[in-house]
Amino acid sequence: MRPEELALSDLQVVLGGRRVVDVMTLTLPTGSLVALVGPNGAGKTSLLRAIVGLAGYSGRVAFGGRDLAAVGGRERARLIAYLPQGHEAHWPLPARDIVALGRFPHGATDPLRLSPDDQGMVRRAMEQTDTTAFADRPVTMLSGGERARVALARVFAVGAPLILADEPTAALDPRHQIDVMRALRGRAEEGALVVAVTHDIGLAARFAHRVVLLNQGRIAASGSPGEALTPEVMRTTFGVELFRADHQGVPVLVPWS
Amino acid sequence: MVERAPEQRLVRTGGARLWPIALLGALTAFLFVLSLGIGPVRLLPPTVVEALLGGGDEVARVIVREIRLPRAILSVSIGAVLGLSGAAMQGLLRNPLAAPSLFGAPQAAALGAVATLSLGVADALSFALPVAAILGAFLSVFALIAIAGRNASLVLLILSGLALSSLAGAATSLAMNLAPNPFAALEIAFWLLGSLEDRSMRHVAMALPFILAGAAILIANRSAFRALTLGEEAAQSLGVRVARLRLLVIMGVALGVGASVAVAGTISFIGLVAPHLVRPLVGYDPARLLLPSALAGASLLTAADIAVRVIPSTTDIKVGVLTAIIGVPFFLYLIVRERRRLGVGGLA
Repeated sequence: MRPEELALSDLQVVLGGRRVVDVMTLTLPTGSLVALVGPNGAGKTSLLRAIVGLAGYSGRVAFGGRDLAAVGGRERARLIAYLPQGHEAHWPLPARDIVALGRFPHGATDPLRLSPDDQGMVRRAMEQTDTTAFADRPVTMLSGGERARVALARVFAVGAPLILADEPTAALDPRHQIDVMRALRGRAEEGALVVAVTHDIGLAARFAHRVVLLNQGRIAASGSPGEALTPEVMRTTFGVELFRADHQGVPVLVPWS
Repeated sequence: MVERAPEQRLVRTGGARLWPIALLGALTAFLFVLSLGIGPVRLLPPTVVEALLGGGDEVARVIVREIRLPRAILSVSIGAVLGLSGAAMQGLLRNPLAAPSLFGAPQAAALGAVATLSLGVADALSFALPVAAILGAFLSVFALIAIAGRNASLVLLILSGLALSSLAGAATSLAMNLAPNPFAALEIAFWLLGSLEDRSMRHVAMALPFILAGAAILIANRSAFRALTLGEEAAQSLGVRVARLRLLVIMGVALGVGASVAVAGTISFIGLVAPHLVRPLVGYDPARLLLPSALAGASLLTAADIAVRVIPSTTDIKVGVLTAIIGVPFFLYLIVRERRRLGVGGLA
């Protein structure tokens, strides 16, 4: 096993008596953007939550050769940045302060007292997510799309080698969907492993280095978008017929009927 | 380690907002001195300060340092810990309507204290009293957080608060009902009204250590409330141990509220009102809210305790009654302000 990879072995997550993630073994290399797709209830969120440490699991989750069960608290938080669904923000703090919370695991708990390094990370995360323009506005006053990007900026600001994003493009218009996927891919090309849950097959095919398709807690397909998202697999897991074309060497996949 | 250089504030401009603390601190100090001068013998602030420092004439010294000082210390420290508890609970639950008093914590604490008294386990100046009150408060706050759960909506929070405070009220009624003699029932009744009259340094010594311990726990955990702005899962992914934090906040609040109730009876709504008054001053930051909220609570309770002494009436108005009379309409106002969110079934 190469040290710089996420390795799941015999991972199992049980939720309310149901095996939502079922004996999963999977290795994902750093430096790649992995799209995690699958029907509703396939276990995508549960898989991310188990890796973050929010859900109990059996089996082993290792990152960079270290068993994550032995890594807790802020150290784990520096390794893994997690974007939950929903982008909660309960108080009208300025967007900049929300993004600065990404520096929390590094000991920078006060957004008014950030070191120059922390400030640099915050600024860069905001630039990459196109959120600088409303840095001073209360996050509760932002539109859904703006808030989603602020939430992503917070995740980027952690500067973690492993980024897990649960539906980062939901609630975004096409322009920002593409920008966000680009930003995620950019983070991957800088060396991080980025795993993003998405329901958008087209975006997954266009931007991901690799697609992992889950169905009923198991891996139904895994590989490059063209390999993983075949018409047969799409038919059996989603019950849809796939339209496929190729544009500039990138597969264009559209669920058609 | 992360290097800190607050003078190079490249990202965020503007000061660290120390002025709300300075302003509220000055207000609290002023009310403290004013409170020491109010009573059958009115003393002007310069006389009070002189007496406090050990000067002036004998009579003024005795009045200020022996009769009125315990009462003023209690009003400041109890008000402070109630304001702090409210801010901490609101931070923990990300909910502007979460305050210990809305969930029967003071009533439960009073019940604990009264039960200890009427069972004859302790006399009114024993340490068993605050311990029993703290236990009562702990149970109440614990039940609230257990019922309201991880993602407490406003509706769920208010309904479970109503149920819990009703339960505490019913249990107190039962205690009065079963009281061995009318004096015991009267004692419970007066406890429930809440008062700072005729308190001695003995009371201060009984309550202050617990209040300080509770306040220390809450303040030490303040930065976690900021991370909780993002919700529990995101906060946990940032390294906040949410389950541990929840327990610590329950402990801190129970220590503060329980000890306060043990010496002063139930004083409600300070914990609800104080954070709201100062939240805009700190830019709505739930961590930076704690200290100003404590000072606002201290000012509010001290002002209320001055008011009950200057409002002319045939019988003494209890300070707990006054804070409730001011606090309940404020609570209604908050509900009206939040009604849009209540209508859609809770926080988004």
